[in-house]
Amino acid sequence: MANKNPKIDLRTSPYIRRAPTVAQIMRNVVYALIPLIIFATVHFGISALALIIVTTLSCVITEHLFCKLAHKPTTIKDFSAVITGILLSMTLPAGFPLWMGVVGGFVAIGLGKLLFGGLGFNVFNPALVGRAFLQAAFPVSITTWTPTHVADRFVDFIPSTLALPFMRPVDTTTWTSQVAIDGFSGATPLALMKFQGIITENSALFFGTVTGSIGETSSLLILICGAYLVFRNMLDWRIPVAVIIGTAIAAELFHAFNPQAPQALFMLLSGGLMFAAVFMASDMVASPVTPLGIFIFGLLVGFLTVTIRLYGALTEAVMYAILFANAATPLIESYTQPKIYGARKKPKS
Amino acid sequence: MSQTIETEKPLTLEVFTAGLWQENPVFVMMLGLCPTLAVTNTLENSLGMSAATLFVLVGSNALVSALRLVIPKQIRITAYIIIIATFVTIVDYLIQAFSLDLHNKLGAFIQLIVVNCLILGRAEAYASRNGFTKAVVSALGMGLGFTLALVALGSVRELLGAGQLLGYQIFSLNFEPWVVMILPPGGFIVLGSWLLLFNYFRQRKTENLLAVDSASHCTVKNN
Repeated sequence: MANKNPKIDLRTSPYIRRAPTVAQIMRNVVYALIPLIIFATVHFGISALALIIVTTLSCVITEHLFCKLAHKPTTIKDFSAVITGILLSMTLPAGFPLWMGVVGGFVAIGLGKLLFGGLGFNVFNPALVGRAFLQAAFPVSITTWTPTHVADRFVDFIPSTLALPFMRPVDTTTWTSQVAIDGFSGATPLALMKFQGIITENSALFFGTVTGSIGETSSLLILICGAYLVFRNMLDWRIPVAVIIGTAIAAELFHAFNPQAPQALFMLLSGGLMFAAVFMASDMVASPVTPLGIFIFGLLVGFLTVTIRLYGALTEAVMYAILFANAATPLIESYTQPKIYGARKKPKS
Repeated sequence: MSQTIETEKPLTLEVFTAGLWQENPVFVMMLGLCPTLAVTNTLENSLGMSAATLFVLVGSNALVSALRLVIPKQIRITAYIIIIATFVTIVDYLIQAFSLDLHNKLGAFIQLIVVNCLILGRAEAYASRNGFTKAVVSALGMGLGFTLALVALGSVRELLGAGQLLGYQIFSLNFEPWVVMILPPGGFIVLGSWLLLFNYFRQRKTENLLAVDSASHCTVKNN
């Protein structure tokens, strides 16, 4: 029997495309992160993959539980918790104990996001809040680097990964000396620069053959993933560009006054700067939206990063630079409000 | 004096328990947060700090209440500060005499009890308007409420930050200490978590009271 009322949705032009929903954008960010996850797994082995999965699960479960506690519909379907989890785990060393990853995910979502009111209200980038907590809570584990491309990396976990919850992870020094083919010093390029004055080759930094946090090593891959998001119009290109420009200017300034300080290219490619510029600083909620504000934000992040890297006690500084700039975001935005076309200035009384 | 004409309410148990729970100085009134955040990194420090505060609070409230008819209204704050400072000096020397180690750990925060708004606040808001016994009982309640809060903070921070309580190892030696808990950020995080818990319970209590209230009015609707 034919349907007597066939539903045909007829509309007239103009056919305007609907703006992507939050969930769509977030899902695309996850797609953009998948190459980095694969690279990290190839690079560091299953420990890295396990850490990514566990941290992400911790974030998602925390979000679900908090929503249940607040008697609100769960918000895990918008993928933002997944992103926070992946981003957080990307900034951790490969041998980071899994239980600490769980703690980090809980703090990132609970303290960094939901206590502020959930997605759209977080003042700080949740993943960085989680990492800052981990950095303060477990300073040793978060700076224990392990060699890359270990022979058994797809079969065996790094011994510190499987530490029992709340227990101290085993010391990886002996393991490292067994598996590392050439003398592995356990230092990231930034630590080498800071404490021994050794500048790593830029090509090694660019293609990511060095050690470091899980997701930060290959600048090339990060830029490709970022470009995908920019072309899908899901990432404001101004933010990474502003951060990169800010870092470059600051690095060249310091280099001009002190030739010992590394040049801009090293600063840009080493550590987590590229990852932070593309994925962390561009947090849609915690970064400014006004065009001028974005550049001020980027310059601030760049200057702070270089300054702390050269003069601070820690080797890596992008995290604190971005958190600080996040805190300054409301101020930056209030000073850089664009002039409304046709609006008249208030007469001074 | 106009202050004393107020109708004196009788001394009830509530005068004592108010400071412990309903008007807890830290968790409800948010008074005296400086020492709360600064010296609660171990349980020992928390206990020392709260004992000192309790002593000063009870002593100064007793004296303020006893002298409330003599102190001229215009210079009452000065008079209160002098009374409080007297007791702080006493407690400062007492702690030095008993344990120089604890005194060194607490540092300037013992002297800073003088400007602890909890103590001046209670002197101004309660002791200067109530009789001696009530003032002392209330101060005891408030002081113990402060102790409760500091112990709550100190025990969590020492347990997580060092795996110990009062210097005794609670967790196994393999326990990984959460260094952040001993640092200042840990104070804020733990205080915030306790406040969250307290407010959650208080909110639920008022909701229950409302529910009971409406239930007594219309029993059909709630079931």
